[in-house]
Amino acid sequence: MDLFLKFLVAAVAAGTPLLFGTVGEILTEKVGHLNLGVEGMMALGACAGFMAGYATDNLLLAWLAAFAAGLGGALIYAVLTVTFMANQNVAGLTLTIFGVGLSNFFGIYMLGKSESGSLKLPEAVTAQMRSVDIPVLSDLPVVGPLLFQYNPFVYLGIAVALVCAWYLFRTKTGLNVQAIGENPGAADAASIDVTRWKYVNILLGGGICGIGGAYCSMIINGGVWLSDSVGGLGWIAVALVIFAAWKPHMAIWGSLVFGALRVLEYYVPQSMGIPAALYKMLPFLMTALVLVISSMRRSAGSRIPGSLGVNYFREER
Amino acid sequence: MEQTVQTAIRCRGITKRFGEVVANDGIELEVRYGEVLALLGENGSGKTTLMNMISGIYHPDEGVIEVDGAPAAIGSPADAQALGIGMIHQHFKLVEPFSAMDNIVLGTKEKRLPAKALRRKVLELCETYGLTIEPEKPVREMSVSEKQTVEILKVLYRGARILILDEPTAVLTPQETDKLFAILRQMRAKGCAIIIITHKLNEVLAISDRVTILRRGRSVDTVETAGVDAARLTELMVGRKVSLSIRRPEPKDPQTILKVVDLGVTRPDGSAALTDVNFTIRTGEILGVAGVAGSGQKELCEVLAGLLPAQKGAALYHKENILGKSPAEIINLGISMSFVPEDRLGMGLVAGMGMTDNMLLKSYREGKGPFVDRAPARALAESLIKELNIVTPGTETPVRMLSGGNVQKVLLGREIESGPNLLITAYPVRGLDINSSYVIYDLLNQQKEKGVAVVFIGEDLDVLLELCDRILVLCHGRVTGVADARTATKEQIGRMMTGEEVDL
Repeated sequence: MDLFLKFLVAAVAAGTPLLFGTVGEILTEKVGHLNLGVEGMMALGACAGFMAGYATDNLLLAWLAAFAAGLGGALIYAVLTVTFMANQNVAGLTLTIFGVGLSNFFGIYMLGKSESGSLKLPEAVTAQMRSVDIPVLSDLPVVGPLLFQYNPFVYLGIAVALVCAWYLFRTKTGLNVQAIGENPGAADAASIDVTRWKYVNILLGGGICGIGGAYCSMIINGGVWLSDSVGGLGWIAVALVIFAAWKPHMAIWGSLVFGALRVLEYYVPQSMGIPAALYKMLPFLMTALVLVISSMRRSAGSRIPGSLGVNYFREER
Repeated sequence: MEQTVQTAIRCRGITKRFGEVVANDGIELEVRYGEVLALLGENGSGKTTLMNMISGIYHPDEGVIEVDGAPAAIGSPADAQALGIGMIHQHFKLVEPFSAMDNIVLGTKEKRLPAKALRRKVLELCETYGLTIEPEKPVREMSVSEKQTVEILKVLYRGARILILDEPTAVLTPQETDKLFAILRQMRAKGCAIIIITHKLNEVLAISDRVTILRRGRSVDTVETAGVDAARLTELMVGRKVSLSIRRPEPKDPQTILKVVDLGVTRPDGSAALTDVNFTIRTGEILGVAGVAGSGQKELCEVLAGLLPAQKGAALYHKENILGKSPAEIINLGISMSFVPEDRLGMGLVAGMGMTDNMLLKSYREGKGPFVDRAPARALAESLIKELNIVTPGTETPVRMLSGGNVQKVLLGREIESGPNLLITAYPVRGLDINSSYVIYDLLNQQKEKGVAVVFIGEDLDVLLELCDRILVLCHGRVTGVADARTATKEQIGRMMTGEEVDL
């Protein structure tokens, strides 16, 4: 029982970067844009967040920097696909290559400048990233560790997911935004500013992905800078969007499942003799399965935005 | 009395170019409150372009649009809406997964109302104009006519007093059209200005007060509807006198070529597209297929053409079932079938290829060796251009650059050239103007006289009744009857389309 509890807690923590990536991508896809640059935007956020934390000793500033970096990546994508109507897949893939490359390049540059030859977040920042300790609540048996002992990223992620769900499904703007993703022509005819809301959503989505990247560089690697810290999580996030059926609140459960897969190997007895490589493969195998199953269910009315992947040009004949 | 009539919209010298093409050339148009103005013109005469400028989708290159007497800069649909202009597009601008209510409030500036209050507001609006709708029903589950009602409500909800309807009747049954016209008359009585785009002359005569006629991007004339007839309108529209009757040669020695028995087809989502369909197709005859859009016409064509599997039943050619056989096997049986699909540039032709390559798609198997011999295909393309008066810069111009009528001629020409004995055509004149339509009717009649069995899936009942020998009527995938086109009336067919049993 104790082991299972630890497993759940670890799964939540491991799922958090996925949650950011998935929610960010949902915002983007809801306006009809498939941004395959999640990995790149997360990488940009990873670098900016880490470096800001390293330089300022302030977690909030690190978050802001990560958000800004992800947003910057998304801006490139939005200008290319919304304004210049470039192919979304190509623009997104390029953004991934660019983001990962720039992040690693800057990391190596900073490593070269450091005296010790390594970069480690100062204690002042890591203290802010420690698991929260709420009087009484955190000390409750079972419920305490399960709900009230995570690092601040986790709560931020859940809050972001819930706010995004509220934004998309409860506000009028959200309704308009969904209309853009379903049928931009209809939205346009209903006097919704299609271009503006596409930008807003794509940029916000990119920023949220960026924070997810900061999680990878700041938490997962224990506060030490390593290249390629995102390591493919962005790709899983793209698939998780489908798993979550384009609903940010569903992404919370989706990322928990994938988080569980990522930490499974540490909680299954070694004596079972399952090779480590198999565990590493699991999330990606699951991703493939999700894609297969969701494409089989498509006809039964899944909630894929109707114009996903198609750029909108008003005067098209 | 005359003085109280106010001008709603006046267009002065509107010109719009798309690259080299001048879509609108100095157009003059005026519509007043409390009247229905019909905008009549052939395809490509610039009707939709003009209306898109009034509703803010395009911007005029030259000229002024005046709304309520003052020049208006309509830069976007939002501007048009603010001026009280609402457009109901030919291709509905609705968000399919949303409910009717959500579609109606979409993009309005007001606060999001609780579902109940919104529902009440929508129903009140319905009552004012005599419309009926289920506010919570998702648009994707609606029939075409329901969708149109949502579009109308959307426009009214925004307080529009100037309504533009782009070919609103193209997809409606005669009964639904009557209902729409009743609604339009009610709006007219309430003082709305209505512009209706159509190329069906009888509808122009039935609903409009005045008609403005466009020809090749110019406004040629505006006439009072009361003082004209169909022949005069056609003359204005085409620019010369045209005979409006469709030839119908008597069938010679009709033989059953295909007998369809208990055909049942299921759509991918599990719903029934066709149920227990029985009919025969005969040589030397044109069999019309009538039905509201989505009654199973598409599936019927595709099953016969071997593109869709049937769950039940058979199509017998001399006691041999052709369903489930590959096209090559069917040809070996002695049936050569040609299929002119509804989606010309999607299924029929490759839009990005020239005529020559599109001809090759049908004939490349006949070539010997690994290389493609373009010469015969080019010769065929050239002869079609000559025979059918296809207007194209050349045999290598991508077919998507051609106008709708010419595209259809290319497709039909190619199919006829292969010498079929069964020709299936789905909406062959959809979107074509009067001239091109008559060319197509003539082509089909020629085939009929050659002894080809022709299946004509159509939407204009007047045409079906004049052109075909027998009419098969579908409703929700079931056959409600096969009528003799020489004796049946439009009203009977219309009732059969909605599933009523009719004594013929």
